[in-house]
Amino acid sequence: MDGEVLRTDFLNLQAGKVELTREEFLRYGRHLIMPEVGLKGQKKLKSASVLIVGAGGLGSPLAFYLTAAGVGRIGIVDFDVVDLSNLQRQIIHTTKDVGRSKLESAKEKLEALNPNVKIETYETRLTSENALEIIKDYDIIIDGTDNFPTRYLVNDACVLLKKPNVYGSIFRFEGQASVFYAEFGPCYRCLYQEPPPPGLVPSCAEGGVLGVLPGIIGTIQALEAIKLILGVGEPLIGKLLLFDALKMKFREVKLRKNPQCPICGENPTIKDLIDYEAFCGVMPEQILHETGLEITAEELKAKLENGEDIILIDVREPHEYEINRIQGSILIPLSRLAEEVNKLDQTREVVLYCKMGGRSARAVQFLRELGFTRVKNLAGGIDAWIEKIDPSMPRY
Amino acid sequence: MPIKVMIPTPLRPYTENKDTLEVEGQTIKELLDNMVSKYPQLKRHLFSEDGRLRSFINIYVNDEDIRYLDAEDTKVGENDIVSIIPAIAGGN
Repeated sequence: MDGEVLRTDFLNLQAGKVELTREEFLRYGRHLIMPEVGLKGQKKLKSASVLIVGAGGLGSPLAFYLTAAGVGRIGIVDFDVVDLSNLQRQIIHTTKDVGRSKLESAKEKLEALNPNVKIETYETRLTSENALEIIKDYDIIIDGTDNFPTRYLVNDACVLLKKPNVYGSIFRFEGQASVFYAEFGPCYRCLYQEPPPPGLVPSCAEGGVLGVLPGIIGTIQALEAIKLILGVGEPLIGKLLLFDALKMKFREVKLRKNPQCPICGENPTIKDLIDYEAFCGVMPEQILHETGLEITAEELKAKLENGEDIILIDVREPHEYEINRIQGSILIPLSRLAEEVNKLDQTREVVLYCKMGGRSARAVQFLRELGFTRVKNLAGGIDAWIEKIDPSMPRY
Repeated sequence: MPIKVMIPTPLRPYTENKDTLEVEGQTIKELLDNMVSKYPQLKRHLFSEDGRLRSFINIYVNDEDIRYLDAEDTKVGENDIVSIIPAIAGGN
């Protein structure tokens, strides 16, 4: 870093022709008295626009803080409805919102918090068809999504439109954050050229996430967005922040722009948005569904009632098995299947299940590779069993 | 001299839930080989079928990505910390 002057004004946003009202002077008083923000900075915030993709775990704290800070226009993209199981972490929604559109619920809270902010909602899945059109009208994009196809889509759209992408992702007790801004540094593809094969990395729905964790990573994303707007401090461009909640440790590693990056490298091969579902591959449970290697909850129930000879294997973790289980099942967690497989009789019929059908689909594929021919996946996992066969069982 | 290797949460089911391993080796390749022979289930998570390090897994020596050092031939020494950093996508 010899003599290098640290750059802060990457986005170079200017305060537009906006004025603050008397109400806003008072509301933003704690900002106005800091030299790093001041009246000029607050006007920059008011002139700025930020798009949040996903109104969930990361999106909730993000949207709250950006709204409180007085960002002029905030767009939110989501297509989901509020579910009871969201409330452990998605703090923008409340118990009475269960069943409502997430966007409607979020908009109501944000407008109540700060009516000066214009909230724009896009009740749709972000796709290759609509992403450029939605993203182009915003200064900063924040990725609060929960799957690889959308993360690559957000990245590519931001690179093509030369927009900064404030990135955050979480798993269990661990989080990552960065700012991908291909104009000045690496993009997400420079870090990870390709996504993992579908099903290999568990999602939060399968692997769990501590409710506070998206609060921490989401507020870091909000902070990075505000720094970019103000042009102060050192943004996470070219750096990946890693957070381990159990050890309460933040670490940082360097990210470099990959000259061979297919979208922001020297000879890019990706010049338009692609088919991200195809790029990320088909989930194993989808393959089993299409090849008839699954069994529905109703079919399984009929077989069990007929007394058919079935080995029913629960591949979840022991702490999940404690919550609920299908009677007659044996527990072999996916991570132990390779060790325990010798105990299974290849000639008998085997049905595997997990919570939603993802992990058990991988287990089915694994057993088939070993030569098991009479093995099937319970479609929709124990969740489907509870819904269709035994609603008295606790769900999680 | 064992080297400290930080194991990310998604891979801990395959390392008896250990978050840090002490592994012998003078290069990244030796470290990974030794780790995989002790924890065989790690193999398919770290390497693709053709034996290459998977593209959604990055390995760092301290704060530097081995792709910009000597890849798997990168030498490691006593005070280095090796981190395995996989892509995670959760956010909802």
